[in-house]
Amino acid sequence: MAELTGLTLSEARQKLRNKDIKAQELTDAFLKEIEAANPDLNAFVAVTAEKAMAQAKEADARLQKGEARDLEGLPIGHKDLYCTEGVTTTACSNILSNFVPGYESTVGANLWGQGAVMLGKLNNDEFAMGSSNESSSHGPVVSPWRRNGKDGTPSDDKLVPGGSSGGSSAAVAADLCLAATATDTGGSIRQPAALTGTVGIKPTYGRCSRWGIVAYASSLDQAGPVARTVEDAAILLGVMAGHDDKDSTSVDMPVPDYSAALGKGVKGLKVGVPEEYRVEGLSDEVDQLWQQGIAWLKDAGAEIKTISLPHTKYALPAYYIVAPAEASSNLARYDGVRYGVRVPGNDIIDTYEKTRQAGFGDEVKRRIMIGTYVLSAGYYDAYYLKAQKVRTLIKQDFDNAWDDVDVVLTPTTPNPAFAFGEKTGDPLEMYLEDIFTVTVNMAGLPGISVPAGLSSQGTPLGLQLIGKPFDETTLFQAGEVLEKAAGPVRVASKWWHGT
Amino acid sequence: MGKAAKEKTNNLMRGADGDWEVIVGLEVHAQVASKSKLFSGSSTGFGAEPNSHVSLVDAAMPGMLPVINEECVAQAIRTGHGLNAKINPYSVFDRKNYFYPDLPQGYQISQFKQPIVGEGTVTIDVDGETREIGVERLHLEQDAGKSIHDQHPDYSYVDLNRSGVALMEIVSKPDLRSSKEAQVYVAKMRTILRYLGTSDGDMDKGNLRADVNVSVRKPGAELGTRCEIKNVNSIRFIGQAIDVEARRQIGILEDGGQITQETRLFDPAKGETRSMRSKEEAHDYRYFPDPDLLPLEISEDYIASLKQGLPELPDEKQARFVNELGLSAYDASVLIAERENANYFEAVAKGRDGKTAANWVINELFGRLNKEGLDISASPVSADQLGGIVDLISEGTISGKIAKDLFEIVWTEGGDPAEIVEARGMKQVTDTGAIEKTVEDVLAANPEKAEQARAKPNLAGWFVGQVMKASGGKANPKVVNDIVKKKLGV
Repeated sequence: MAELTGLTLSEARQKLRNKDIKAQELTDAFLKEIEAANPDLNAFVAVTAEKAMAQAKEADARLQKGEARDLEGLPIGHKDLYCTEGVTTTACSNILSNFVPGYESTVGANLWGQGAVMLGKLNNDEFAMGSSNESSSHGPVVSPWRRNGKDGTPSDDKLVPGGSSGGSSAAVAADLCLAATATDTGGSIRQPAALTGTVGIKPTYGRCSRWGIVAYASSLDQAGPVARTVEDAAILLGVMAGHDDKDSTSVDMPVPDYSAALGKGVKGLKVGVPEEYRVEGLSDEVDQLWQQGIAWLKDAGAEIKTISLPHTKYALPAYYIVAPAEASSNLARYDGVRYGVRVPGNDIIDTYEKTRQAGFGDEVKRRIMIGTYVLSAGYYDAYYLKAQKVRTLIKQDFDNAWDDVDVVLTPTTPNPAFAFGEKTGDPLEMYLEDIFTVTVNMAGLPGISVPAGLSSQGTPLGLQLIGKPFDETTLFQAGEVLEKAAGPVRVASKWWHGT
Repeated sequence: MGKAAKEKTNNLMRGADGDWEVIVGLEVHAQVASKSKLFSGSSTGFGAEPNSHVSLVDAAMPGMLPVINEECVAQAIRTGHGLNAKINPYSVFDRKNYFYPDLPQGYQISQFKQPIVGEGTVTIDVDGETREIGVERLHLEQDAGKSIHDQHPDYSYVDLNRSGVALMEIVSKPDLRSSKEAQVYVAKMRTILRYLGTSDGDMDKGNLRADVNVSVRKPGAELGTRCEIKNVNSIRFIGQAIDVEARRQIGILEDGGQITQETRLFDPAKGETRSMRSKEEAHDYRYFPDPDLLPLEISEDYIASLKQGLPELPDEKQARFVNELGLSAYDASVLIAERENANYFEAVAKGRDGKTAANWVINELFGRLNKEGLDISASPVSADQLGGIVDLISEGTISGKIAKDLFEIVWTEGGDPAEIVEARGMKQVTDTGAIEKTVEDVLAANPEKAEQARAKPNLAGWFVGQVMKASGGKANPKVVNDIVKKKLGV
């Protein structure tokens, strides 16, 4: 069984097509693994075993007939931010605890339409707001990773899997699914991937449809995969991406065959290293890893250039204006009137207040309040408008950089995974987790995080590659070089098995 | 003073201590004529079961996204052309945030800083005077749903059929100077929209309504503080609301008080406006560009192509009726008010005398339709039939008086006018021999009157009347007149 759940998506696909294994067998193995691990890890908030087995059965029939689609019979986890037809979708918020959509998100429909099997819904920070998965109404996700203990045994400290896609990263790292969907507004795919030794890519804004994904900040949200390997991420993104008439911000451009472009290496590729990313608070070991990444790419034939992205330092504050502003408006629809939880009050205003008081957690309330404030009359120009100007400058920084380089290499996070509660006391400390990732969302660019090694504590670290708009292909090519150089970064002990 | 000199002075409102000038600006909300809503594929059909025209987008389900309806954009541009306005090739949709149960998203998608249509003008005729009223802007926005408060003791119900239907908000400059001007402006706006086919302007269905801004000032003084009267839904009420509100403001000012800027409601039953919310209570709508929608970029070619496809507009039609068909400005303005009326008139006037056709359409047909409460589309007399009647008059086959009888027959019984005249012997008698005989008979029967008339030729008219009466109205009045004068020797 472990040999089944330990496969990469690409390997599993090959075995299914070769009829070495059956989709039902593979699905069952994952369901058993989830059953064993989830009480400890809390990665899944709902397991849809019946649906999964039904999809797997159909997949086996197609495989048998030689009519396999791209992802035929491959079991994946699905972030609970994606609306799923007939399956409760909570966005990990109490306010949607009883919400069952009558529709499937476009990205979800793309995946199931290519034969992927949905194992269940994955935990995340409430409405995707958080960097540790500690704000979920379903409780936090526990990372499968543990720090080195004193005498060579792992520490018992519970580590965060990152956020907001903490369920996705933990489940993929713990072999509870071959891969998972995720979303990224300020780093929510790449940061959890970095903290769990998985690969996560946030594609260019507009590459994937946002239709049917619970909105956090519309101008920043993008769907993407978390996977074990760069190749798996490429396979998945190829199916998830595409134009959608129902999303005006989705882009009508053909989706390249990402996996076909793999293995081309980085010879002659110009890699930019932005000096502004050497920030205060960057740990020595992350800095060292960054230098290591530079060396790996150089050794593989890339040309390294120091570049300047002068407005980088403004990205995080600007992000924490733009994202909450949009969120404050996007979350206005959760009013208890039409769906979701309602707490009755004396009148409509009282009902709104009681419903939203009970329905939203602290971090969501905090961002709604920040967002409402920065859009208020008299503050709009000083905050929202200024933040949008910063955003334009950040884009220009990158536009200038693309004159000299093809891709930018940075660390994904300033530090390795932290323990539960370490950063929840100080929201600003938590927000700093996103310092290397938010610029990418603000500029609408693609970014990938690739596992690059372990910290001194034995926990994963990731490197981030940032690409030109719609040039995900180069990210996969360069990401693969880093991945190979770094070697496997896998959870050493499945401690939840009691071993 | 220079500015005041240019102002009109003939419609001031008299107060206790002198005259006041009333300043009015209007925000007209017109429902866009389109099959589906502004950002969803739901039907805009009126009168359906509550909540039967509601898509996932209209109900603001999680993860739903708006997609612009291109037809609504085209309609807004056409309207802009009809208002002689600047079409902005780049405009932006914003979110106007507020909570209300009939606003599912928690925000209305509207256009705030960059509307699709900029400045334009509407020409109005009031009491024989032509005025240009400035249009500040036109923007597209979503309508809200409807809250229903009288169905249940404890709950309000919400109908989302209207939610997301496209509206055009057309904002005038504060150029109107009386309730009358405001009424004419709204009527003219409605006519323009109906000509363009961009809104049916049906005020009974709430498809055209207005927010009315009213302030008063002493002639030549700075603009006063204004109050906004929300959602007035008939032309009559717009007039009443303005008069009542202006009176209220004048009363306060003359008592030494001050006007508080606020939003008010007009209560037609009580004939008063009352405060809805003060400036302090005004919502902070927290407008910001809707990140779900790209800015609207429209090519100059597209804007021009829509202009080419425009129908003849009311002002152009009125000018043509005056210049080419010889109508009076007043008659022309009556005929063009509704496009269907104008079309009917043109069918009657085609190949005939315009003035006669206008007379018959306005006086006989419209008079009768009004009396019966009928619309032109329900007229029992078709344009062909009325044209037939006009032909019979101009050929001299029937007299004007007989023509009225004929109209009555065609109205109630139908049929071809010429055949009716033939069958019922209604033809005008122009046989001079027969008329001469009647004249002689009448003169012989009234020798004294004849004597008087010879002395005082004005009295000849009495004999003409008698002869007409004797002929059952069928004698040609001109011929009768000539013969009477000849026989009397006057």
